[in-house]
Order: sequence, then C-alpha cells, then structure tokens
Amino acid sequence: MTACHCKDFSRSALLRSAAAHAGAGLRPIEAGMPAAAGTGLSRRSFLARSGGLALAVFGGGALRPAAWEEGIAAASAAGPAPVLVSIFMSGGVDSLSLLAPVGDSRYAALRPTLALADSGVPEDVFTEDVRLRWHPDLAPIRDLHRGGMVTVIPAIGYDDPNQSHFTSRHYWEVGEINPLGRVGWMGRYLDRHGSADNPLQGLSLDYNLAPGLAAGSVPVAAVAAPEKYRLWTRDVWDASLNARLNERFGALGAQPTADAELAGARDAARQTVALQEQLAPLSGRSPAWTAPASYPGGSFPRRLAVLAEMLGMGLPLRCVALDANGGYDTHDDQNGSLPGQLNLFAASIAAFQADLIARGLADRVLIQVWSEFGRRPRENGGGTDHGAGGLSLLIGSRVTGTLVGEFPGLATLDAQDNLRHTVDFRHVYKHIVQDWLGVDATGIVPDAAKFSAPLALVR
Amino acid sequence: MAELRKRKRRRKRCRTVKRKKLVHGRRKTVNLRKCRPRKPRHPALAPAGTHPPAPVAAPPAASAPPPPTSPPPPPRLKTIQSPIGVYSGPFGRAQAERLLWRAGFGPRPGQLDALAALDLEGAVLSLTRPTGVAPMDGPEPTVDGQPLDVFETWYDDTLYWFDRLVRSRHQLVERLALIFHDWWATSTEAVGSSQFMLEQTNLFRTHGLGSFADMVRAVTSGPAMLVFLDGISSRRGAINENYARELMELFTLGADRGAYTEADVRELARALSGWRADWVSGVGYTNFRWDQANRWDGNTKTVFGQSGRFTWEDACRLVVQHPLHPSFFVAKLWSYFIPVPPSSDVAARLEAAYRDSGFQIRPIVEAILCSPELYEGPRMVKPPAVLTAGMLRARELPIDDARWVWLTDGAGQRLYHPPDVSGWDDKRWLDTNTVRARWDIVNEVMRGQSITSATWSSYPAETASEAVAKARAFWLDPVLTDETVPALHEFAATSVPDNPRASLRAQRQNALRQLIAASPDYQTC
Repeated sequence: MTACHCKDFSRSALLRSAAAHAGAGLRPIEAGMPAAAGTGLSRRSFLARSGGLALAVFGGGALRPAAWEEGIAAASAAGPAPVLVSIFMSGGVDSLSLLAPVGDSRYAALRPTLALADSGVPEDVFTEDVRLRWHPDLAPIRDLHRGGMVTVIPAIGYDDPNQSHFTSRHYWEVGEINPLGRVGWMGRYLDRHGSADNPLQGLSLDYNLAPGLAAGSVPVAAVAAPEKYRLWTRDVWDASLNARLNERFGALGAQPTADAELAGARDAARQTVALQEQLAPLSGRSPAWTAPASYPGGSFPRRLAVLAEMLGMGLPLRCVALDANGGYDTHDDQNGSLPGQLNLFAASIAAFQADLIARGLADRVLIQVWSEFGRRPRENGGGTDHGAGGLSLLIGSRVTGTLVGEFPGLATLDAQDNLRHTVDFRHVYKHIVQDWLGVDATGIVPDAAKFSAPLALVR
Repeated sequence: MAELRKRKRRRKRCRTVKRKKLVHGRRKTVNLRKCRPRKPRHPALAPAGTHPPAPVAAPPAASAPPPPTSPPPPPRLKTIQSPIGVYSGPFGRAQAERLLWRAGFGPRPGQLDALAALDLEGAVLSLTRPTGVAPMDGPEPTVDGQPLDVFETWYDDTLYWFDRLVRSRHQLVERLALIFHDWWATSTEAVGSSQFMLEQTNLFRTHGLGSFADMVRAVTSGPAMLVFLDGISSRRGAINENYARELMELFTLGADRGAYTEADVRELARALSGWRADWVSGVGYTNFRWDQANRWDGNTKTVFGQSGRFTWEDACRLVVQHPLHPSFFVAKLWSYFIPVPPSSDVAARLEAAYRDSGFQIRPIVEAILCSPELYEGPRMVKPPAVLTAGMLRARELPIDDARWVWLTDGAGQRLYHPPDVSGWDDKRWLDTNTVRARWDIVNEVMRGQSITSATWSSYPAETASEAVAKARAFWLDPVLTDETVPALHEFAATSVPDNPRASLRAQRQNALRQLIAASPDYQTC
C-alpha cells in the first residue's frame, strides 16, 4: 500500500470536532492549515420548551434563552420556508466509484483492482452520460435519479485544488478560497436573512457546530440526539426505583434557596429532568414516533429520521448540516469498506426523501451532498489517495434532475493526475442561494460575480 | 539589571547561521540560531513534580503596611499576615471541606478530620507553604494497563495533568495551575505541542505562589504563548497585535476600564516584537528566542504615557506596574475562590498588599483562604475537572482509563482545551447538557464501585436511615443542605416497598449514591 494519511485524518477529525466545539485555530495539524470557520463563537446551551430540544447555541450571546424560545415560536408561526440540508461525506469520497466511468477507455488501466465491472443491469446505466454506471450499492439513489429527484454534478472542485482534507473542506465550509475565513457560507446567509432569536435556523445535527453554519451575528445550534436524552444509572434496574430516582433528582432541583450558585445548580437539575420528560416521546428505541418511511439502523439515518420529525413538528429550520455515515478516506481496502457505507448512505437518503414525501414536506427541502475532494484516478493497489474533482448531488422533489457540468473523462487529467473539475463549488453555492433560498448571493458567496453562466439546479 | 544580564547571556549562548529551509511548505532563507541546550528554560516532564522551594516561616519580603483606616487584623494568625478580616468561627469538617474544594480538589478519606484537627491558619498553611517534590498518593496513571505516553498519545497530556489533580499532595499548587491555565487560557489545539503546554503548566506551578510579575515574563517568553498568540510572527515592520491586546485585556488590566487605548495596543505590540522560532519538519517549532538585532522594533514607543525603546521585558513590567493592574488582579484571583466580589474596602486592602509586596501571589491567596467571606459566604459551583478529580479522590481511584478526558469535556472542561483565549466561563458551568454529563460522570466513577447484581441476593438488611448514612459516608459525608437531607430520607423510605427484598435494597443504595453525587448540593461547595 502507499503512504496512508488515514491516521492523520482521524487525528484531524478529532481536532476539528474539538475545535468546532472550542472555536480555536487548527494550525498545528499540518503547517499552513487554515483555522476552522466558526472560531470565536461562544457556546451556550438552553432548552427550547416549545420543541423539547436541548440545544447548544452558538453566538447570539446577548439574548436570554427565553428570547430564543419566543423567536422559535415566532419563526414557526411565520409559515413554510425553504430548507437546505447539507450532508458531508467526510474524507473525500471516490466519485469514480459512485458513478463509475466504465465506458472510459482508461478506467480499467487506472483501476486494475478497483474498477467496477459493468453490472449489465440496464438500470445502472447513468441515463445522462452512458459512459457512467451507478455503484450497485447506490441503487436507491439511482432510482431517485430516474424519478427526476437527483441533480448530479460529476466533477466539482476549484482551481489549484488543495489536497489537505482540512484545507479543502475549509474552503467548502466558508464558501471561498480563503484560509482565514471564519464564517460559514450558510452562516453568512443566516446573518443576512435569518433572525436574531431563532437558533434552530442553523442546526447542526451533531455534538459540535458544523463550520459551514458558523454565523457572524445570529445564533445557530447543535443537538446530537434529542431522542436519546435521558439519565441512566448504573446497577439500578428496577424500573419503578429508577423512575423515582429521576423524579427525586428533579425534586431536589425544585427546592428554593437564596444561595445564588446553588439555585443555579438546582434550576439546571430541574430543567434536566423536565427535558428528559419532554423528550420521552422521542427517546427509547429508534425512532419512537411512527415515521412514515422505513429507515435502516445507524446514527446517520436516525438523525435524518429525527430531522424529518422536527420538520413535521413545524420547527423553523432553515439550514441543517450533518455528516454522512462512515468515513470515505479510502486509502486502502476500498473495496472492503466502501460498498457497505454507500449502501447505508443511499438507503438512508432514500428513506428520508420518502419520509418527506409522505409528510408533504418534500417540496420544501433540498438535500446537498458534498465531499472535500474526489480521489486520485490511479489507484494505489487497494485504495485511492487524495484527488481533486469530485461528485456532488442535489436531491429533492424540486431539483431539475439533470446533469450539471460534464464528466471530463480520464484521458486528460490535471497537472497532478487528478480529475479536472467542470463546475466550481462556489458556482453551485451561488445558485443554491439564489434559486433555492431565493435571495441575492452577493456577499453570501463572495465570488458569486465570477460565476455568471446559468446553472439549472432546481425548479 | 538582572534582566539585562539575562539577555546578554542569551545572546552569547547562540550564533546565527543562514539556511534555506522549508517553512510552511515554502522555501525560505531563514536565520538559524545555533544554540547550546537550554535545559533550565525548557524542562521536559521531570520538573512537573517539583515546584520552587517555598519559605516555610517568613512571608515574602515587604509585607503590606497596616491599612490606614480600620483596626489591625485579628491577632489569631501567627504566620500569615492578612490585610483583611480573618474568619473567627469554628473550624471543623465543614470548613475543611470547603477549603479543600476551593483550594484543591476535595478531600481524600481521612483528610477532613486531619485538617479539622488543625486550626484555620494551620489548615491554610498546609496548602500554601508546600516544600520539595510533591508526594503523589496512589498508583501511577495507566491506559489499557500501559503507562501514559504523554507526548505521543493523543489525550495523554490531559490525563497526565488530571492525574496530578487527583494524586498530588500539593493540592493548591495544582489548583492554582488550573486557575492560571484558565487565566492565561492557551489551547493545545492552536499551540500544537503537548510539550509546550506542559511546560507552561510548570510555569504556573513554579510561579503560582510566587511573583505575578515573574509569571508575566515567563508566560510571555514561553513557547506555548509565543505560538498561541502569534508572538513568533510579530516582528519589526510586520507587527502582530494579538498578544499585546490580550496581555492587557485578559491577563493584566481588563477591557473597558480606561486602562489603555488602542494606541497603547499598537505601541505595546511593537515593544513585544522580536520573538522567533524555527520550524523543523516533523518536529514543529523549536529554538525560541528573542532576536533583538533582526526582528525587534527598536524605535521609541509610547505606552501608558511613558516613552522609551521598550523591549518585551519592559512591556511585561509596564503592564504589571500599571495603576489599574492590582485591582484587576485581586478581583480576578478572588473570583476563583469566592463567588461574590469583595467589598471595596477588602479589595483596596488586598490591592495595597499586593502592590507593596512586589506583586506576590501567595499573601493574597492566604488572605483569601483565611477570610470570613470564604467560610461564611454562599456556595460555589465546582468546575467539571475539580468535581471529577474530587470524586476520584474521595473513592481513592486511580486513573486507569482515558474516559475522564471525554467525560469532563462533555461537562464543559477539558484541560489544555479552554474554549478560547478568555478561558472558561466560570459562571456558566451548569445547563441541561452539562448536568446530564455530570450525571454520567458519577456513573463512570461508580463503574466497579456500584453494588452489582452478582451480590444483590446477599445484600445485608439496611433501614432507610442506614441506607442514607451509608451512601453519604460513601462520598465522605459531604455537607448537604437542610433541604436535601430530609429529601434523601424520604426517597430512601418511599422509593421501594416496605421491607424491600435484598436486591431492591442494593439498588436503592446504588440510587442513593448516584443521587448524592449528582445532587445540586454536591455540585457546589
């Protein structure tokens, strides 16, 4: 095998998670690496009683939690608004496996062990470019595409591509080629068109804030698992005793006291037990409510299921970010790890889309799937190294469902033998902002003016 | 004079050679300094166990003159000279418990009685006058049965220090190190070197009971801060104001107090310029030094109305000698021990004592730890690292797993990872996320400590009152409020049927232990 950065990657992923939590720079991992977006935002947590959610709120420090609750209620009452769900395939997913160019004459030579065979299944043929075949484990997405619900961008990237996981994803997160950027591209949208009192407008379905959501002035939030918020006690199995224990813990918190810090501690205990009760309908086996679609098991599909439920509850979400299942930094054993991950990924996305359709919400939601780069066309013997041009998908009932940008082929690669990009990610951002979110992209996508060609992403 | 000598010695120690090097991926000509090893300045791990020999009897020179307006402090103290009031009530287990949680990480078994057997001054002196190498109680930390690999294994730096919170008998030294880590909040995420961070913690151990002026110089010239706030990239012609601003705003003077202007920030930054380090691939930054000849802005600066060709050492002196520094220092230090600010009279006396002592920290800490405000005032929330270390101390548990890193992080505090340069928000430790995290911490302390189902059937008879007493003793009989004690008894009596079977009695005991350690009372002291 070749030199593998997997260890570095998991290390930097750990760091990133810590940094998004802490808002500190990320320089030490690789010299010259930019700091993450989202630095400088302090985190506050509160309980939104209306939605029954424990939120870590970033920014918006001047407001009391009660104001956020009012803001959430007011924003909920304002009626439907478009929702963007940004799903990150972390590690740099191999676009040449997702849509395999089996019709490209160089493909087999570049991928002696990893090239996907032509399955012979007529449905696997990518209808808009017959050189390409869907990965067999992406069949649910293939079917959505055939139903006109997937816009495929087969070679997305930017000039002078950076092959650091960190730097490249940072560019995607801040929406510009700026190592010093601090505000995410969705955060900039929310700064201009969001509200000062609705942290749910930018929701990270994770323990930490997704950097793309980091806003400069308005509050945004992170919640990992509202359906799993409960107090568990070691070696207390008796259900009645356990219920009384939790009840008593809340009761300890309900006692008045003149001691200020003790009063704060009691208040927090009381709220914790109250929150546990509010979330009881969501807690327990996944998911406790009856979702109108069948989701596979796992935290990624569970988060999508919770998201659909939250949208169904009328919560005022605008931009939502979450990580896809697994990791896609397939330096080795790609054929061992990738198929299962793609299978779960596709099944989860399809279940979410079916859920949204069943709830009558599909026209309000656009799913954007992205990864920091594609992988090197020439395999390293069992895996693939960091590349440049990659794949992005837009999924929803209102996408155009047509190919955006062409697949450039493998005959001519870039100076570093990577796939050339035919669409710039900022061009796509510009049109998501303009055509989906419905506002002027100037300022939100700083280089929007450079990308003047029409791009038909959504209807 | 001493400063001047030090600088000369440093210049002589090194010589400069020009080299082509890759710096951040770019080829540059850099001035490389060949230097003799600098053992005392950049110690490895070893000195972590030591701290400066401290005088046992005599307080630091030039103790505060008696304040002009009020009567002299009570004569009860023989060694400590406090410029403020001294607690005169009984000193028993309750007072010892508060002292150990505020000035350390809570009691180990037997420690409360031992401390209560001393008087107030004896108890305080046992914390504030440590000597020699810190004795460590209990076994060395391990993960998966292996010793820590502090510089190689992710998280082991946090565990290394966390273990010292639990095991060091120099509890105040470690608590002050944590306080000053929060004060000079520096994060390993941006510094990128456990070595530099641990060295900085050693500075806090060294100076935490010494001179704050020395601490300012040591932190300013230490690799961790030089990397963290860009000291090494601030040079003549390309001044970086990052450290100059935070040095005044967060570390020594405070914002919005009229202490300094934006012009002072820019001028102080010029004085602080000149630090550099070499980037060595695979090693990181190394060979930190002040390059007066090539990088220091040697022009005249005007800071706080004074002009001169100030150096970084002048900058450190200027901020500490600023008339508004003592009030910043006293208010901030006080806030780590007592949740309510001091009266203006108490603050003024402490400020005068601090200034007159030549910026000594120990006399102020001793005065605070002897003050009636500490023992008679309201309760204070235990920070997550303090609470967790304290539970391990109470149960005499060793560090044998890395989970404490995650657990304290979930509760909002991971050592070496403060949220930003202003440190942790010590007024906002508790919310619905962190209370749940603290509940989980109790659960994890109970791992191996709970009564497991294997022994439930033989669990002895135990009345509700006996159950409460046993569970309280499990946590060393912490002070519980008058509201909580009857609530525990009611819970013990009503949470199970009358005459509960053995398995329920055992589970009730587990539940009581959880309830006490997770209780709002126990989150505070």
